Amino acid sequence: MRLSPPQTTVQPMKLAIASGKGGTGKTTLAVALAQACLSPVHLLDCDVEEPNSHLFLTPHFSKKQPVTVAVPQIDETLCSHCGQCADFCQFNAIVALPKQTMIFSELCHSCGGCIRICPTNALTETDKPVGTIERGQCDHITLVKGTLDVGQAMSPPVIRAVKKQHDPKYLTIIDCPPGTSCPMITAVRDADFVLLVTEPTPFGLHDLTLAVETLRQLKLPFGVILNRCDIGDQGVVNYCHQESITIMLQIPDARQVAVAYSRGKGLLDALPDLKPQLQRLLNTISQSQQGGQI
Amino acid sequence: MKEIVIISGKGGTGKTSITAAFAALANKEAVLADCDVDAADMHLLLAPTARHTHPFYSGHRAEIVAANCSQCGKCVPLCRFDAITSGPDIKIIPSACEGCGVCVHECPQNAITFNEQRCGEWYQSDTRFGSLVHARLDIGAENSGKLVSLVRKEARNLALAEQRELILVDGPPGIGCPVIASITGADVVCIITEPTCSGQHDLQRLLALTKHFEIPTFLTVNKWDINPEMTATIQQEALKQGVKLLGTIPYDSEVTAAQVAAQTVVERGDNSAALAITVAWNNLYKHLKLINTTP
Amino acid sequence: MKIAFTTTGDTLDAELDPRFGRANRFLIYDSDQKNLVIIDNNQNLNAAQGAGIQAATTLCKTGATVLITGHCGPKAFKVLTAAGVKIYPCKAKTLTEALAQFNNHELSETREATNEGHWI
Repeated sequence: MRLSPPQTTVQPMKLAIASGKGGTGKTTLAVALAQACLSPVHLLDCDVEEPNSHLFLTPHFSKKQPVTVAVPQIDETLCSHCGQCADFCQFNAIVALPKQTMIFSELCHSCGGCIRICPTNALTETDKPVGTIERGQCDHITLVKGTLDVGQAMSPPVIRAVKKQHDPKYLTIIDCPPGTSCPMITAVRDADFVLLVTEPTPFGLHDLTLAVETLRQLKLPFGVILNRCDIGDQGVVNYCHQESITIMLQIPDARQVAVAYSRGKGLLDALPDLKPQLQRLLNTISQSQQGGQI
Repeated sequence: MKEIVIISGKGGTGKTSITAAFAALANKEAVLADCDVDAADMHLLLAPTARHTHPFYSGHRAEIVAANCSQCGKCVPLCRFDAITSGPDIKIIPSACEGCGVCVHECPQNAITFNEQRCGEWYQSDTRFGSLVHARLDIGAENSGKLVSLVRKEARNLALAEQRELILVDGPPGIGCPVIASITGADVVCIITEPTCSGQHDLQRLLALTKHFEIPTFLTVNKWDINPEMTATIQQEALKQGVKLLGTIPYDSEVTAAQVAAQTVVERGDNSAALAITVAWNNLYKHLKLINTTP
Repeated sequence: MKIAFTTTGDTLDAELDPRFGRANRFLIYDSDQKNLVIIDNNQNLNAAQGAGIQAATTLCKTGATVLITGHCGPKAFKVLTAAGVKIYPCKAKTLTEALAQFNNHELSETREATNEGHWI
């Protein structure tokens, strides 16, 4: 890979930071990239079950907005207790007892099916809060943090709400939830480029292959960041070589990174020399977006 | 028979490496179960050979039968998940379909099928430490209380058939529904945490959970030496909440070296992590003998 | 009176299953007729979510007025109480023990769910 010299600005784009499993350093990297950026940048924390970016940035949050989903509510005076809504609901969110119809909105996926199916128009939709999004500023970084309320099972609506805060004028870094299931797919969808963070270990390799399969299905361009690159074995490097995947950056394993992390300090506090490398990385991705090759 | 479930809250705390080491130390007394199906990595250390493979189904997915579709487009705006593409060729994007059934119900041509969705496979396997029940999810499929319950049930059946004393369960990450499904009715929960802000945060939520279900809970702090002060705080807090401590495990590069060699760390001979894990296991084992449970 | 137990077996000697939503099956004991019926909960075991709700719906249809189980989540609790089923949490090992405790008035009816349900 040829690295271009640092530039002062990076073209606006959506850059998602993801990983097949938790604990690979995804959040620390997302924060470090934002910090290394020389121009204003937006950081969207879409890891809404465990939003941690703010721990490393301590921004002043100014706005807190509720995220709502549409769920059914019942007018018992109109309900004939026919039970068709309960039969239709694939998510067990409605129970029809002989004299009562109960709605469990925490299981509702907001498909609207029950409202369409009710023969007596006893069901209507109402907004229910499921989480919050907050906006804060920390130097040149605008942080948008989504938080799923405790007791809520479905994070995609909150992730979508965070992503709606995207402003095409700025470079936007998206800290995605770990794994390869629905929340991760919701977060990476529409990204211009995805950075997969992994470790050079058999566990890291296995989880990387799952993430790669997912991104290929979604037809998204991506590269790999090898964290703690001096531990483990050659498995990830060999795999990337075979699959023609670019390893865009290698970050050494340093005990001081783990120690810094445990004290709420970021990657750049522990490894300040990484900063120019991260800037070059952003430039490289930025240029590839304008038709250049990585 | 006693069922031990190992959980950690956040990922990357070393839960799977330690569970696999426990499996080695259990000396073939245990049936093993991997409920961490989102990132099921235990098989990389245990090298299982599948005896039986079974498909696993959960939920439904809508699919348009092209021959019956009149391209009327009625389904497109009805889908709340933007899973149906409009345009000349109406299609359902499988990864976006939530399986709600609205399009199936509303299609005037009955051109949309609604089949049970295959989510992956689960296996009964042999390993050098005994039988293992594990699963693999298809891309984009999600772990659920359903799959966790299935893996635990099958592990219990195997333990009964093989007359094993123990079931050792590698639990799912997080603190959501799959975790609850993995601990309800278990005899003992063992929490592996690390001395970090997020580790500490998740530990509080896990402890609330195990306290609620009245399950005896044990704690071990992995990589304790990256922050000895926080380790001490975590342990004191846990003790106050009635948790028994199994000891601490140091940050040791042998854990990674073992992973690379497809071994458990205790199979690597003397190293500080292996010694600490052995002490933790012996402590746990001693306590297990004292906890009376159903036969 | 019909008394429902969660269990893994099919006689009164069987173990009490501490789970409600994902219990293997219900044993319904009719204390007047002195007979019992087994209702499978398998369908609920296969639901990715809402197992407690489905199990409660199944149980309501059996006509049982008493449920003896280990833990019952908040959603199942809501359904069962709405249908007039009284819930008695119990730590006994077998159904026979649980039934004896119930007959001796050693169990108390719960007024709230014993589980917090979905935690995130």
